[in-house]
Amino acid sequence: MLITTPNLGNADEAYARLIAAHDGLSEEASHAMNARLVLILMNHIGNAAVLAEALRLARPKADQPI
Amino acid sequence: MVERRYELAFELYPYRQVPDQAAEAPVRHPVVIVGGGPVGLATALDLGRRGVPVVVLDDNEGAGLGSRAICFSKRTLEICDRLGAAEPMVGKGVVWNVGKVFHEDRLLYEFNLLPEGGHALPAFVNLQQPWFEKFLHDAIQKARSGGAQIEIRGRNRVDAVRPAADHVALEIATPDGPYKLEAEWLIACDGARSPLRGMLGLAFDGRVFEDNFLIADVKMTADFPTERWFWFEPHFKSGDSALLHKQPDGIWRIDFQLGWNIDRKAELEPARIRARVDAMLGPGVEYELDWCSIYTFQCRRMEHFRHGRVLFAGDAAHQVSPFGARGANSGMQDADNLGWKLALVLEGTAPDSLLDSYDAERVQGAEENILNSTRATDFITPKSPVSKLFRNAVLDLAGDLPFARVLVNSGRLSLPCIYDGSRLNGPDHPAMPARSRPGAVCPDAALSEGWLLRSLSDGFTLLTLDAEAPEEMEAHGVRMKRLALTAKGNEPLRERYLGGAAGAVYLIRPDQHVAARWDAFDGSAVRAAVARAIGKE
Repeated sequence: MLITTPNLGNADEAYARLIAAHDGLSEEASHAMNARLVLILMNHIGNAAVLAEALRLARPKADQPI
Repeated sequence: MVERRYELAFELYPYRQVPDQAAEAPVRHPVVIVGGGPVGLATALDLGRRGVPVVVLDDNEGAGLGSRAICFSKRTLEICDRLGAAEPMVGKGVVWNVGKVFHEDRLLYEFNLLPEGGHALPAFVNLQQPWFEKFLHDAIQKARSGGAQIEIRGRNRVDAVRPAADHVALEIATPDGPYKLEAEWLIACDGARSPLRGMLGLAFDGRVFEDNFLIADVKMTADFPTERWFWFEPHFKSGDSALLHKQPDGIWRIDFQLGWNIDRKAELEPARIRARVDAMLGPGVEYELDWCSIYTFQCRRMEHFRHGRVLFAGDAAHQVSPFGARGANSGMQDADNLGWKLALVLEGTAPDSLLDSYDAERVQGAEENILNSTRATDFITPKSPVSKLFRNAVLDLAGDLPFARVLVNSGRLSLPCIYDGSRLNGPDHPAMPARSRPGAVCPDAALSEGWLLRSLSDGFTLLTLDAEAPEEMEAHGVRMKRLALTAKGNEPLRERYLGGAAGAVYLIRPDQHVAARWDAFDGSAVRAAVARAIGKE
């Protein structure tokens, strides 16, 4: 099951760390970092159903595959 | 001459000659407070009620015009309640619980502060700052008639300050010319630009976040609900954020975040302001502009709030962004923290090192406020394209996914600092609830008669819940009264104070923060905790 309720102990802290991790990177380097981050977290999750649900929720609403 | 720098909403302390002005040698007072804003008045009231004679110097003669700080938190009201000033504040103030958050014109979600039951005072009231100051001043007048020695000298401007070993010397300008005064202790509550800080050559450092807010108070009869509405990137194109809030007397407060590079004078043109307000309220809404101003903020603080015999409090010591209502509310916590400590030092019960704990505890509070305020500012005005990308991703998801809602940061509303790690804290008990641990403010609770916070004494209190203790006790020159309660049949009291313990003994400081707690009374343990709480250890 994909968790969509709050699951971070200190959400503000976690968010600030995410933004700070990009400090000093160019936009292109930031996108590349985001891609690596998604791959690392995907592997950690490891569950195909959970990932499918996450991909569905993240895809723009107006642009959902039929 | 002492120029009036701003117009008044209420004249409260008109200039009068006092004998000190004609004295041959400078008269020395135990405490002089500079600045008659909320923090200066609250500190004077607290000290006066504790029997300390206080002189307040202000370069004007009352409460300045303009709503300014409008959101007063429950903790601020509790402090004012202890000082006898809260009732008219709650009576006149607007109580609100519901907040709505928009991105452009899309409602993302709404929240309800719905305070848990069993608190005498509401989570927030909105009240114009001049009214807040007037009600504090009314309470000062009442305390005076009860014998408190609080003197407020209007149009007394401090022009020079000279710290010495056992006092601070002041030179003061008045409409009748200058005079000199000495203070054993000087409290600087002279605002964000603090002339005293400048005269003493003290730095005011920090991560500089600068922004301008256009504040428009509009009077209208339109039937908007009593809610806090916050917009990210508002559809009416006023800037990064906007806020709509209700105040008493049919006045609505609108804050437009304008950004840093603006032409202040042009932005304050009434036609320009009306164009912004029209775009926000939509067509056909009738209103009058009541008061407008441009407000600039920085996030920063002094490194230390104590400099020998000079103590800084409120905006003079620290400044934050307006997101979260952490300005005036944190200043009131400074006043709350300082009053009892300075009174104990002046009467010789506590060593003056107790005032170092004011510095430590309130620097901790200021750090927490600056951290929260900085994060909110980063979320509202992202500093890089990738930061904005994430911010907008959070806003996109917040409509549907609960986890994203908690990441939306339009300001984390002011809560009192818990002084974890303070050297004044004594023993904790592992079975008792975290929320009332040493360093925390006592949570209020309904009692069979009245309220818990209102039952605490002005000094130290020994609170017992289903536990024995002497009715009165003295330790290290501190007299304590017992407040004996039972949690039987009072579930909120059990949840807030007992947790898994069968009984509890709490040592509570005069500012209603918990100093220490045990599951049973032990006289020598209480005496040791009192010594610690007054800086004798």
